[in-house]
Amino acid sequence: MVLELQNVSFTIDHTTILKNITGRFHKGKITTLVGPSGAGKTTLLKLCNNLLTPTSGTLYLDGQPFSEIEPTVLRREVGMALQAAPMINGSVYDNLQLPRKLANQSLSITEAEKFLHAVGLSSSLLQQVANDLSGGQRQRVSIARTLVNHSHVLLLDEITSALDRTAVSEIEQLITTLNQQHGVTIIWITHNLQQAIALSDNVWVMVDGELIATGEPTILTHPTNEVIRQFVEGALR
Amino acid sequence: MSYLSLSLTLFFVLIPLVLSKTLNLGLERDVVIATVRAIIQLLAVGYILTFVFDGDHPAYMLIMILIMITTATLNARKKGKHIKGITWKLVATITTVEVVTQGILLGFHIVPATAQYIIPISGMMIGNAMVLSILFLNRFDAEVQAHKDEVELILSLGGSPKQAIHHQLMQAIKASMIPTIESQKTIGLVQLPGMMSGQIIGGADPMQAVQFQILIIFALLTNATISSLMLGFLSYPALFNERKQLLNV
Ligand SMILES: Nc1ncnc2c1ncn2[C@@H]1O[C@H](COP(=O)(O)OP(=O)(O)OP(=O)(O)O)[C@@H](O)[C@H]1O
Ligand SMILES: [Mg+2]
Repeated sequence: MVLELQNVSFTIDHTTILKNITGRFHKGKITTLVGPSGAGKTTLLKLCNNLLTPTSGTLYLDGQPFSEIEPTVLRREVGMALQAAPMINGSVYDNLQLPRKLANQSLSITEAEKFLHAVGLSSSLLQQVANDLSGGQRQRVSIARTLVNHSHVLLLDEITSALDRTAVSEIEQLITTLNQQHGVTIIWITHNLQQAIALSDNVWVMVDGELIATGEPTILTHPTNEVIRQFVEGALR
Repeated sequence: MSYLSLSLTLFFVLIPLVLSKTLNLGLERDVVIATVRAIIQLLAVGYILTFVFDGDHPAYMLIMILIMITTATLNARKKGKHIKGITWKLVATITTVEVVTQGILLGFHIVPATAQYIIPISGMMIGNAMVLSILFLNRFDAEVQAHKDEVELILSLGGSPKQAIHHQLMQAIKASMIPTIESQKTIGLVQLPGMMSGQIIGGADPMQAVQFQILIIFALLTNATISSLMLGFLSYPALFNERKQLLNV
């Protein structure tokens, strides 16, 4: 699925958070959003999941303006794992089952275990209280929960920030598999530039609400302008 | 009670005034305002009630009830400023409570259809619906503020606004009803309810006063349930826009 933004701006409480962003996330590709804290990356993903509507400009899914797509349908199609990985009260299983329950369906224990394994967690966690999970476990359950909807586009907001090296490579592996074997279009945010360079087909660099560059990961290794160079140096230091 | 003995009750106002002054509590102004307001409001109500009872005309009763509903709405509305259309939602809720309780009481001839019964019972019902509404609005706002990310989570996974807010809505409804239920458990053991005390002091037979009190507390239970549920279901949609997004309130 192609996700497109045209002249998208977002203002809240008189502050402009996103300024006139135009761009296209290509079907079946991995695009990484990078940029300093507060650049507006999370806000951009929330617009793509339709949790927010731009103040001006339009988003399109396969050429159809968002305003013509039913929000709940759209959000299942373009799934999102939120930065804070919030959990609902209850067990890990309750959380995994949540997307199905919202559609009046259920998730079998076997299926739930399959989703846990996909994010590198053991099925013994299934009955644990979700709010007692460690930061890393929580992030992984949050990813698994997002997978339950089998979305064609996945928006992942800093899903590896609380993970150790092994877990990070497991999740990177998962992203590659989802992308290559299931053709899922992936848009994700990371502060780890090495990760961005290694994994993505495309990179978007955002600074202060502006999309200052898009292109192949080489734009990070060989910055074409001063702003990118400064950001890359700062982030790599 | 003579006016002389009534004016002697001002001693009860003098004590807090003196204490507030000596302990620097800074409450003197509020105490004076509260005292003056209580005197004026209650005397006014006394005159109006005498007039309404003497006239015993349905139109007077209706006007009094409308005034009560208006005052209760204006009071509770302050707690729900962030909810679009809160005024009409409160009017609908409080009016429904009044219609249902009076409908049962009068429809089954539980109490006689005279101003002497209808007005005080309406006052209790409307007042209680107002308190319940305030409790609900306060709690609902707090629940939503504290759990915004869970609401957002459910929306992000394709849930409807109703599914997203369900848990917070139920918590707020339950929490606002708890005081009504709890107070019934100890009723009569700790303190005698105001209406019952009033009747007994006024010379009524205690058993009759008790019977009326039972009627009132049962009616209050229905009252609490309708108030919280109805206001809850009327108000939650105002927290979302037509794109099923949680508004930034
Ligand atoms: N609801 C809101 N109300 C007001 N300001 C907001 C709101 N949401 C975000 N902002 C502001 O918008 C800016 C961009 O926020 P956003 O979360 O999109 O940044 P980010 O690039 O994801 O940052 P980080 O890397 O720290 O997660 C920040 O300055 C933030 O304070
Ligand atoms: Mg962010």
